[in-house]
Amino acid sequence: MSDTAARVSARSSSNARPALLNALQVGLPAVALLVMLVIIFSIRPAAMSYFGFHLLFKLSVPLVFAALAQMMVIMLGDIDLSNGAFVGLITCITALYLQDAPALALLCYLVLIAAYAGFGLLIHSRQLPSIIVTLGMSFIWLGIAVILLPAPGGAAPVWLAAFMSWQPPLMPLSIWLAALAALAGHLVISRSSYGAVLRGAGGNPRAVERAGWSVIGIRVTVYASAGLLACLAGLTLTGLTTSGDANVAPAYTLLGVGAVILGGGAFTGGVVSPVGTVIGALTLSLAGSLLSFLQVPPTWQIGAQGVILFLVLAGRVLLSERAR
Amino acid sequence: MTRRLSLAPWTYGFIVALAMWVATSAYSGIGSAGATLSGALAFGAFSVVVGTGQMFVVASGPGNIDLSVPSVLTLAAYVSMTVMQGSDGMLLPGLAAALAVGAVAGAANFLAIIALRLPPIIATLAWSFVFQSLAFNLGGQATLKPPAGLSRFTSLSLGGVQIMPIAVMVLTLVAMVALKRTVWGRQLLATGQSEPAARLAGINVAGVRLMAYMLCGTAAALAGFLLAGFSGGAALNMGDAYLMESIAVVVLGGTSVAGGQANAIGIWGAALFFNLMSTMLNTFGIQAGVRFLLTGALIILIVALVPRPRVR
Repeated sequence: MSDTAARVSARSSSNARPALLNALQVGLPAVALLVMLVIIFSIRPAAMSYFGFHLLFKLSVPLVFAALAQMMVIMLGDIDLSNGAFVGLITCITALYLQDAPALALLCYLVLIAAYAGFGLLIHSRQLPSIIVTLGMSFIWLGIAVILLPAPGGAAPVWLAAFMSWQPPLMPLSIWLAALAALAGHLVISRSSYGAVLRGAGGNPRAVERAGWSVIGIRVTVYASAGLLACLAGLTLTGLTTSGDANVAPAYTLLGVGAVILGGGAFTGGVVSPVGTVIGALTLSLAGSLLSFLQVPPTWQIGAQGVILFLVLAGRVLLSERAR
Repeated sequence: MTRRLSLAPWTYGFIVALAMWVATSAYSGIGSAGATLSGALAFGAFSVVVGTGQMFVVASGPGNIDLSVPSVLTLAAYVSMTVMQGSDGMLLPGLAAALAVGAVAGAANFLAIIALRLPPIIATLAWSFVFQSLAFNLGGQATLKPPAGLSRFTSLSLGGVQIMPIAVMVLTLVAMVALKRTVWGRQLLATGQSEPAARLAGINVAGVRLMAYMLCGTAAALAGFLLAGFSGGAALNMGDAYLMESIAVVVLGGTSVAGGQANAIGIWGAALFFNLMSTMLNTFGIQAGVRFLLTGALIILIVALVPRPRVR
């Protein structure tokens, strides 16, 4: 609480400081990402190539989209515990229908995104805690996915798998997609005037309401876009794994939350950074590779990931303290 | 809102649980009603122990939540099974070791929250990775066997009344009294309602929260200790179900996620609801997918329908 108060007062007292703080918030995970890459390249110089980057970041694409979906919800001061289960459901639908019945698959996506928006409406109109509603939603997504596809299977459409293994010029596809997603997010959320309203709806919904905006409309829009982004995560994940699995992505829920916070977001609502979130997601997905490059024994790898999370976030606290 | 429904929010869990018990018994014959209930009470007891700890943390203020519950539960089970080595004589040292693991884990969680100024979700998540690794290194893939005495205690019943659920009910009573009548309980709720106000009233907010997190860790550890005895040993995935369940039973039990308001007895209603529902759906022979679907729909339905006191 006092942290937010300090941040707010810092914001109003001068303009240079928040800019510096913002730069630090995005900069820190970026520095962490660079440090990890330097360590990996010093161990295995051969990884410093187009193909090396391709392998290192291949699996980060779905996480980037899942983290952006989570970011939309966190922006409103809510949290989405159903994100990972939803991605799993999308992989099932994609692997089952997209190849043979694309119209049906598209209809499913639309219905599910509408359902996401509907739950946003429910949360808003009954003033429900998002944590428990999205917890319930996660069971619903998982249930539908298991009904559709009781055991992992199905097949990704050929074009989707081909797209995910496409090697575009200059940079690997994963980096292109991450950069485009970060740019789009930055333009819409951080730069546009509508983005300011969206963030305002998380930070101070009353003020936004009094300014003539419909906060219900905003929440429905934001939840729908979170559903859309999670859909993209599921599609890209299916392209990578080439099959559907209800239980493929439960970890995305909390990894996504981690990426948003690493990227400078706050649970208080209204404070998020799309660029930071994308870099945070890349950092988290690279952490796994880094640990295997460092030959950390498998039994310690999960723990070491926790330690990395602590280190990066501790750096953020130290830096923002100095900036103040 | 309207005051047509004057039932307290926490009673809904009990009502739904009762309905499910009746439905299950009607389907599979009255004779099985007792067995259904005692099974739900035994499994519910673990959810209640974990949920009570989570309740203290959730009540300590908005955003406070402990995601490390499953990993603390597993780690404590592994540590205590290692200490006891299957011998009945080591039961007390084993219990002490488990509780100590829980208290230290809770303190570590709070330390990360306060020292690194992390949101509790992230701090407890990062610690849960570390605890998971520790448990993995301690036990590996093997299941560590509990002493026979512990297994006997967890399924002991005297005159048809199971001892462990009764013991947990006593714990619930203690938690209720702690919330309503002790200085710490009042301070916890005051802190949860408004941290600045609590601070101005001279409450050591950090100390109160530290206690909440340590109690939560200890409760998870106790559940791990008992669960290892009940289910025949410590296993790596034994805590997995309790992450979502500990949050769900607390919220459905009538504790406000905004903090400052807690309900210990409601946790029993929600825990019984969860366990009786899975028994019911199993009895009806409903496939897993539909079971998940109904679980989710019911959680949302209960939260959406139960009238809640307007805070602020």
